Amino acid sequence: MPKDFGIGAPQKRREDIRFLTGRGVYTDDLKIAGQTYAVFCRSQVAHGRIVSIDTTATAAMPGVLAVFTGEDFKDVGGNPAGWLIKSRNGEPMREPKRPVLAHGKVRHVGDAYAAVIAETYQQAKDAAEQLAADTVIDELPAIVDMAAAVADASNRVHDEIPDNLCFDWGWIEDNRAKVEEVFKTAPHVTTLELVNNRLVPNAMEPRASIGEYFPGTGDYKLTTTSQNPHLTRLLVAAFVLGIPENKLTVVAPDVGGGFGSKIYHYGEEALVLAAAKKLGRPVRWTAERTESFLSDAHGRDHVTKIELACDKQGNFLAFRTETLANVGAYLSNFSTATPTFLHGTLMAGPYKVPAVYVNVKTVFTNTAPVDAYRGAGRPEATFSLERVIDKMCRELNLDPFEVRRKNFITTDMFPYTTPVGLVYDTGNYQATLDKAIEVGDVKGFEARRAESAKRGKLRGLGLSTWIEACGIAPSHLVGVLGSRVGLYDAATVRVNATGNISVMVGAHSHGQGHETVFAQIVADKLGIPEASVEIVHGDTSKIPFGMGSYGSRSLAVCGVAMTKAVDKIVAKGKKIAAHMLEASEADISFENGKFSVAGTDKAKTFGEIAFSAYVPHNYPLETLEPGLEETAFYDPNNFTYPAGAYLCEVEVDPDTGKVQVCSFTCADDFGNIMNPMVVEGQVHGGVGQGIGQALCENTHYDENGQLVTGSYMDYAMPRASDVPFYTVDYSCQTPCTHNPLGVKGCGEAGAIGSPPAVVNAVIDALHRGGIKVSHIDMPVSPARVWSAIQNA
Amino acid sequence: MPKVTMRVNGRAVSGEVEGRTLLVQFLREGQGLTGTHVGCDTSQCGACTVHVNGAQVKSCTVFALDVDGAEVTTIEGMANPDGTLGRIQQAFQDHHGLQCGFCTPGMVMAAAALLAENPKPTEAEVRHHLEGNICRCTGYHNIVKAVLAASGQDVSAIAAE
Ligand code: FES
Ligand code: FES
Repeated sequence: MPKDFGIGAPQKRREDIRFLTGRGVYTDDLKIAGQTYAVFCRSQVAHGRIVSIDTTATAAMPGVLAVFTGEDFKDVGGNPAGWLIKSRNGEPMREPKRPVLAHGKVRHVGDAYAAVIAETYQQAKDAAEQLAADTVIDELPAIVDMAAAVADASNRVHDEIPDNLCFDWGWIEDNRAKVEEVFKTAPHVTTLELVNNRLVPNAMEPRASIGEYFPGTGDYKLTTTSQNPHLTRLLVAAFVLGIPENKLTVVAPDVGGGFGSKIYHYGEEALVLAAAKKLGRPVRWTAERTESFLSDAHGRDHVTKIELACDKQGNFLAFRTETLANVGAYLSNFSTATPTFLHGTLMAGPYKVPAVYVNVKTVFTNTAPVDAYRGAGRPEATFSLERVIDKMCRELNLDPFEVRRKNFITTDMFPYTTPVGLVYDTGNYQATLDKAIEVGDVKGFEARRAESAKRGKLRGLGLSTWIEACGIAPSHLVGVLGSRVGLYDAATVRVNATGNISVMVGAHSHGQGHETVFAQIVADKLGIPEASVEIVHGDTSKIPFGMGSYGSRSLAVCGVAMTKAVDKIVAKGKKIAAHMLEASEADISFENGKFSVAGTDKAKTFGEIAFSAYVPHNYPLETLEPGLEETAFYDPNNFTYPAGAYLCEVEVDPDTGKVQVCSFTCADDFGNIMNPMVVEGQVHGGVGQGIGQALCENTHYDENGQLVTGSYMDYAMPRASDVPFYTVDYSCQTPCTHNPLGVKGCGEAGAIGSPPAVVNAVIDALHRGGIKVSHIDMPVSPARVWSAIQNA
Repeated sequence: MPKVTMRVNGRAVSGEVEGRTLLVQFLREGQGLTGTHVGCDTSQCGACTVHVNGAQVKSCTVFALDVDGAEVTTIEGMANPDGTLGRIQQAFQDHHGLQCGFCTPGMVMAAAALLAENPKPTEAEVRHHLEGNICRCTGYHNIVKAVLAASGQDVSAIAAE
């Protein structure tokens, strides 16, 4: 029986009421007295030298209040990369300054080089058009292809970086020679070259920002579409504009999805703040979808060669990869961590492979910046591994289920140290594989295949067994790895005098349902109704300094901080109760919302204790402060390691190359589950995005660096009829061993595990149809499948 | 500037608009009805879906002037008269058919139009009808389930819950 309240209950979401009635408040919904509108001039060319920007005519246009160019910001700080990565030779990465507005050069189509502020949106738009016409940019040859970028030192995205290389990273460099040895003597080596396609995150709410300045106090306020208001505040205040942190409030109200793209600080945020100060009026900006395509940080974009060494029975001996990872034109905040420590460290998968070496060259190109997108690095690692394993199975005629099974780390091996530097605390990969086989009815596949064949369709079955490191992240570890921030989180539990509770959390919900789930946890722990707990997030003037939501960290880091703060509340409550009940503190127990003296019927309710804390007439004031409010910061001492097995069944139409996903089965181990309904929803969303990556989504820059797929007319977002109902099982649970909730995080799993399952299914279908194709790059579009069939 | 008059959620409203003012701008900026969202600039995402004289319309594709005199319903008009969630809205909450909520108003309006026309749609019909509404969060599973449930069909067999 599922519980009907508290931890583990499939509680319906309270935030839904406002979203379903049109009363959510997203940034663009706000109307502020005196507001003005910013519109950006964005480069039409991928690479060019700014010769001149003549603002005279623009400034004289109706309604125009101000014009900004890169010149105005040339002396302010740059938007930094959050991680310093070192190359194999020990040199620090090349780190070009990322300006608020492009200065000197434009480096990708959509790179903003000027902004116009006007009374109305239309006036600003018209004026920006004028300014674009009065701007002279000398076009330079575009650098689009990564291999060419590294090979040609004469053409540079950043003049000071000769080979367009940000860094050349080896992980773990000391293992390089050892891995080479294994490959030399291995009985079998499978090699696969693949592309992990660039994706545009496409949160449905476009980015938007409103800057305000209050001259009376010198305070600034930024309302923005952010997954992490404190991180944004830190970046804007300390690095970019030099505003004292305590003079800037950042508010991220309702945010319509993020998927990584709203982690980062973008120049538009700094611009609206600087403009608000200059004009003494609020300045607002909302991206059009085209601007989002051009200027949001994109995801993935790896070109990888992976090699697998094994014996003839398929026992893994070593993995080795060489990857070119695109960072685009500038370093976005997490862009250097994504292809390295979120990717290379996962390259052992759930397998007991003894030797692994990962090499990543990260390359500047004249394209939009690339950064973390749902899964971030881990989908790339998983895709490479799960595809090469399938290819090896085919080459050696081995069963892909059995090969994975015999290579799994077994339950008696935990904690398990991988050759790529992680310590998996717990897991049961056999169990999730068995579960997927059962729930996905693998036994019945042959009958379904025969039925498809009758209709002229090729049916295939694809498997992927994945692991990820999330709950990002232990500061002591990430510090060693080059992170410039800590990755703890924080929560304040404020019990009000009347006994209801406000919980201020550093995590940010932009669809995940924290307002409901976090309240379930607090209510459960305190034995009070969920309705008396309110979750407050997204406003730096209200919440403690937390790091926000990404990397499946909300529950595993912030949720744990919250429970620690609740523990402090209970501890203080016991002291108050001991005084009121004239008992010793050691004899007070707390259960079901009551503090009672062991062995007696003397008790005080939680509400009575709260009241007494704020009306301390009978209270141990000499030894205890009044009030009942506690804050906890939590820094995990390891990552969490969700894992699972995903099965995909597809039908391929051999005449058209069209792939239809018939079923998708997930068997996940997320540790303990707080709200199964929300967990399933997270997996559904991730799988939907993964199917999108595998079958539909293609980000195409042509040789001139023009984004050909810059709208929903050209960029194929998965639609309702592209996906099936998914089956999600989370009954295999090995609770995380190092956080008190035993949770692991579930936000990215679907996007990590699904792309290889889909592609493996397509290749399987083709092989069963006698078409010996070893690989098709994503998106596995009808055109690509059809040509693969023709060329086979 | 020309004046436009219409009934929005049963209330007569009017305002001055430019010829180029879109219905969605009139609703959001003129009437403060910010439940109708803008998710794209190519009439593809459906976040702006409303009903005009009972028909499903993407409010980013029509000028306010073109619907002069019309009866417009937005997400703000979909609750029951007592303020509780309407049938479709309730089904979305019951089946977790929304996450970030940004596509949700458009989804609800599209679903309402479908059910008005086809009270017992099949799964395929629901998916087909939602072709013009993009959701990035839910993978559509629970949206389709919610629409089927709102139509009174038994959805208990759809995947584990
Ligand atoms: S905003 Fe109307 S379809 Fe996207
Ligand atoms: S719920 Fe976020 S886009 Fe649909």
